[in-house]
Amino acid sequence: MNQAKRKNKKSKSVYAPGPDQGALESHTLAIIVKNEPGVLARVIGLFTGRGYNIDSLTVAETDHEEGMSRITIVSSGTPEVIEQIKESLRQLVPVKRVRDLTTFGPHIERELALIKVASTGERRIESLRLADVFRARPVDSTLESFVFELTGTTEKVDAFIDLMKPLGLVDVSRTGVAAISRGATTHDEITD
Amino acid sequence: MSTKEAKTEAPKTAPAETKKLTGAEMVIKALIEQGVEVIFGYPGGAVLPIYDEIFKNQDKIKHVLVRQEGGALHAAEGYARSTGKVGCALVTSGPGATNAVTGLTDALLDSIPVVCITGQVPTFLIGTDAFQEADTTGITRPCTKHNYLVKDADDIAETVHEAFHVARSGRPGPVVIDIPKDVQFAKGEYHEAKKLEQQFYQPKTQPDMAAIEAAVELMASAKQPVFYTGGGVINAGPEASKLLRELVKETGFPITSTLMGLGAYPAANKEWLGMLGMHGTFEANWAMHDCDVMINIGARFDDRVTGRTDKFSPNSTKVHVDIDASSINKNIHVDIPIVADATEALRAMLDVWKKRKYKADEAALKKWWDQIEKWRAKNCLAYKSDSKIIKPQYALERLRYFTEKDARDTYITTEVGQHQMWAAQFLGFNEPNRWMTSGGLGTMGYGLPAAIGAQMAHPDALVVDVAGEASILMNIQEMSTAVQYRTPVKIFILNNQWMGMVRQWQELLHGERYSESYTESLPDFVKLAEAYGGIGLRAETPDELDGVIEEMLKTDRVTIVDICVDQKENCFPMIPSGKAHNEMILSPDADQFDKSLV
Ligand SMILES: Cc1ncc(C[n+]2csc(CCOP(=O)(O)OP(=O)(O)O)c2C)c(N)n1
Ligand SMILES: [Mg+2]
Repeated sequence: MNQAKRKNKKSKSVYAPGPDQGALESHTLAIIVKNEPGVLARVIGLFTGRGYNIDSLTVAETDHEEGMSRITIVSSGTPEVIEQIKESLRQLVPVKRVRDLTTFGPHIERELALIKVASTGERRIESLRLADVFRARPVDSTLESFVFELTGTTEKVDAFIDLMKPLGLVDVSRTGVAAISRGATTHDEITD
Repeated sequence: MSTKEAKTEAPKTAPAETKKLTGAEMVIKALIEQGVEVIFGYPGGAVLPIYDEIFKNQDKIKHVLVRQEGGALHAAEGYARSTGKVGCALVTSGPGATNAVTGLTDALLDSIPVVCITGQVPTFLIGTDAFQEADTTGITRPCTKHNYLVKDADDIAETVHEAFHVARSGRPGPVVIDIPKDVQFAKGEYHEAKKLEQQFYQPKTQPDMAAIEAAVELMASAKQPVFYTGGGVINAGPEASKLLRELVKETGFPITSTLMGLGAYPAANKEWLGMLGMHGTFEANWAMHDCDVMINIGARFDDRVTGRTDKFSPNSTKVHVDIDASSINKNIHVDIPIVADATEALRAMLDVWKKRKYKADEAALKKWWDQIEKWRAKNCLAYKSDSKIIKPQYALERLRYFTEKDARDTYITTEVGQHQMWAAQFLGFNEPNRWMTSGGLGTMGYGLPAAIGAQMAHPDALVVDVAGEASILMNIQEMSTAVQYRTPVKIFILNNQWMGMVRQWQELLHGERYSESYTESLPDFVKLAEAYGGIGLRAETPDELDGVIEEMLKTDRVTIVDICVDQKENCFPMIPSGKAHNEMILSPDADQFDKSLV
């Protein structure tokens, strides 16, 4: 949306250029939804339909008794757009709660990555050495490959992947960000 | 939906009730429990079991057979908008469902509560490109407030009940229930509607009192205030309109409204400034631009209202009451946001105003009204009258004159185009729910089926569809429906032979290159009406007009009135897209229109 609006600035459209856009911020949103068919499509559809960004997405049922799922989305936008995203999500019928972990404060973000490196000789040894530094565990190995399992922040996973590139990186699978607030508070105790 | 809860409740019902019913039986039973009196629909393979039940329950529920599914949705909208109840439609799978999409989107944008049941191919055929299969929940997800695919007969009753709850609560909107044919045949357990507090969906309706107090204090200190109200006041129910009237009376503030909000405040009262926005009045738009305090109740700062947003009402402190929190700060930044139902917010505002014994700043308000009177004196809706050619505005003035004399309650629907804007400008509405128009989506073809829906709900009322000759052809087949059910709607065509609104933009903005906006070979509307079994009338000159309108009001049959109006008339005032409120163009200075703006 923002990009489209920016482009308009130069065009001779009869529409005004739209409000000036501020700097983009990245926010981690935890969305608690009823786990019913189509709920993920509905949440994603809101993002695509309204031109919001999704940088990362994870989803799984977290409460099997009540059938509730937790969707964690990392999105970027101006502060106004982020507000708009949260309010629009709250309008969806199956959405029970939306919490912005970024504005909420201290929270933990983790990603799990499985990283396949195929190499031999010095490069193979170096990859193992670096994995040790990053506390990545080899979970599969052959004479010419490793699969490393790594958890950490997005930045840490990115850094490890970058290091593996010259050492024979062939494949990466990442979960996207899972996030939770620090301390004793949960979503249910906090209201906006 | 949580089926678990409902299942544990089941033993409470009488033993006779636990007897299993087919899915189709439960659909109808649930609709009856929800108070549905009329369903607008069209049959097909995937809904035949439900149609079978309609046949058996003719005494309890009336089915209106439209002539195209699009008509069913608009008729349900007209029914809903004119009654405040949820409208109901029933269509088959595949093409039935895709034909419903425009009406669903229309209802979404104008916040109209509608429940549409669609048939689906049997569950074991879903995903096989079966005959008349369409991914209905996929297609309608972005154009409904919510939708359901029911795969288990045990879930049917609860889904129908929840759908009605969702459609009517919070910001109302359309809901689709897609039911595969095998589920309609399968037996299951019927569940009665859950209590309100047991529903999962619980939108906030009560205002934050601190915000209300801040808003009222601001109002009491305002020097140049204006109320800007919208469809939310209508949707909140007649009580909201009553409270709004009282609040305007208490404060003496001027009031304007959006296209969707017309009728919430009487056009006859002196505080009424007329509609605002692209084709709003000079006084309404200038008051919006120059005000120091703006109180928005149930409107959403739509681009047709704000014009250029960075120049929108630059000096005002803004209060915004909306039931949909995502509408607040979406287009325009406001100072006091209040998420609440309009009735509750208005009631709270009035309470605080009276309890605190607030008084408006009389001296400042007088100056403000003096200014407004100067804007009013521009007489922005004036048009050049003509003795030979019928001016569209004149035709509407005469329509207003005769309908006001008529003892019946009058409901007006419109199609989309110049005639729609003229109707909004010239027909004064004094009560809510009397005006039905496609505002957000601007759907040509809306007016006739919507009129049928309104007439179904109000058989003794006078229902007029103010139409353009192009729009009416988009759903003209519904004439046949109107005749069949003896819903004597009056179609008042302002026939300018052009897609007038398109022609106007081409004249003003596209160098008078009239690309495809003239309709050749229009039908003879008088004969067309007769072909459908209705009455056709025509007025070609101003002196024929009154007689034709009187005759239209006399007959109890479906009538098309073909009013041959000036082909070149433009709709003014006009704020070109992307311009500010104080840059509006009045009809006498239309020549100064900046034609380079493309
Ligand atoms: C379904 C649909 N298609 C196209 C449009 C674009 N459109 C807006 S007004 C208009 C012309 C309407 O002509 P008519 O019904 O004769 O009304 P007039 O403006 O002449 O009063 C058109 C084509 C629309 N609003 N809806
Ligand atoms: Mg026309």
